[in-house]
Amino acid sequence: MIHVRDLTVTFGQGTRSVRAARDVSFTVAKGESFGLVGESGSGKSTVLRVLAGLNPYWTGEATVGGVAVAGRDARLPRMVQMVFQDPYASLHPRHTVDRALSEPLEIQGIGDVGPRVERALTDVGLGPAFRFRYPNQLSGGQRQRVAIARALMLEPKVLLLDEPTSALDVSVQAEILNLLRRLRQAHGLTLLLVSHNLAVIAHMCDRLAVMNRGQVVEEMDVATLRRQEPREAYTRQLLLASRGYDREVAAGIVTYD
Amino acid sequence: MNNPRASGATTTWRAQLLTDTPASRNQARLGQFYRGWLQFKRNRLAVLGLLIVLLLIVVAAFAPWIATHDPYAQDLARRLLPPGTPGNWFGTDEFGRDTFSRLVYGARITLMIVVLVAAIAAPIGLLVGTAAGYAGGWLDTVLMRVTDVFLAFPSLILALAFVAALGPGIENAIIAIALTAWPPYARIARAETITIRNSDYIAVARMQGARTARILWAYIMPLCVASLVVRVTLDMAGIILTAAGLGFLGLGAQPPMAEWGAMISAGRRYVLDQWWVATIPGIAIITVSLAFNLLGDGLRDVLDPRKS
Repeated sequence: MIHVRDLTVTFGQGTRSVRAARDVSFTVAKGESFGLVGESGSGKSTVLRVLAGLNPYWTGEATVGGVAVAGRDARLPRMVQMVFQDPYASLHPRHTVDRALSEPLEIQGIGDVGPRVERALTDVGLGPAFRFRYPNQLSGGQRQRVAIARALMLEPKVLLLDEPTSALDVSVQAEILNLLRRLRQAHGLTLLLVSHNLAVIAHMCDRLAVMNRGQVVEEMDVATLRRQEPREAYTRQLLLASRGYDREVAAGIVTYD
Repeated sequence: MNNPRASGATTTWRAQLLTDTPASRNQARLGQFYRGWLQFKRNRLAVLGLLIVLLLIVVAAFAPWIATHDPYAQDLARRLLPPGTPGNWFGTDEFGRDTFSRLVYGARITLMIVVLVAAIAAPIGLLVGTAAGYAGGWLDTVLMRVTDVFLAFPSLILALAFVAALGPGIENAIIAIALTAWPPYARIARAETITIRNSDYIAVARMQGARTARILWAYIMPLCVASLVVRVTLDMAGIILTAAGLGFLGLGAQPPMAEWGAMISAGRRYVLDQWWVATIPGIAIITVSLAFNLLGDGLRDVLDPRKS
């Protein structure tokens, strides 16, 4: 469903250029849930934004559902949509929930707007009472549900998730993750999830790739992650670090390049 | 949450406006509007400004019924009468025309100038600013350098030059003021656009396949309008003063038109002995300018997007 080969993303020009991703390659099968893990600045969100068509500065190959990401193909909106990290920044402050959910339908010329909006709201567990609220009348979790509903309005095959829970309260995180799992089953979605949280990845994904400094360090399945048996030294260090702060671990942290 | 049967009719419509679960887009929009009004109402001075502006509108709309005399009827036997004279409560000018009636008809001209300048300059500024800010690159450079050129001239001087080229008259004065008024609006709209063009909801719209025109119109402009409305309202005082200035210099409204600036200009010859001929239209200009400033201040408190 998602093919990425030798993806290299460069920001800036000349000597001051930064390569945020270097020769990244991975494949996600239809219906699979794939995770991209790494510390801040490892390039995982950059890869996601390339697949979303939001970053034009890259080389290599990237296709989603057989459609090339480069060149703003008209089929892409119905193929891939994205949920962003910060639900406080991803909803237009002057658009009601109704407007936010109707926009994709109107842009793509899909009729039957009212019933579809109500169905989408019910689908994410909000219900029609929320339809005409403004974002400032919603909590963070409710906003993220609206953002998820909006991403699903065009019935995409692939959903890109950029740290979908890291801006939310811990109590709400589990709700949103369970909602995403349910929606994935109900709609047969292929998920590409970016997170620095290994527990979230273990909960949501079948396979994952570990990224460091713009490169994929290793790919593994979730069973390997759960058994804590990674191949690479960097991944072992990441796993140790994710258990929480430990003086010995912190002292032993090495920079891998 | 809000039980419509809770009490009398007044609480019902308030409850409907303030409900957390509006039943339609219009109800939601009205609710937002009503919340804004409740906030605006707390600012006494802004309400005073609004009342004066409303009074100006009413006076302009019903001028023939409010005026006690024909504003152009001359009566040389009753020239330069002081205020308080029975029949001419605000006095008369050098041709014996009733100052009150001329003020009332002048309100029409003042209002027309303000409305037309705002209606011409604000959309131009909004369009130029949002297009430049969203597109970036060479379009931004070209549009902003043109804006800079216009900004470099003092607006009254540029308006003078335009009027001198186009010929004196109220229409040309309006065009000249509008041409000098849009650059600050373009600047504001561009600055707002740059802060929001990289936000996630714009990215979402792009992923949904929205065209640039739609993104500008439905996503960016609604967020720029708030600060623009505030700025235009605050500028209205300046617009009135510029128009009065042009009228005073003989380049705006032409005699015998009852325009406040031209009235001051005509009265300045008598300012030592018959001070009221120039003073009364001056007071009108000050009052209306102040009212627009107070209104703009109040609107800024309500509409400022950084406060919500």
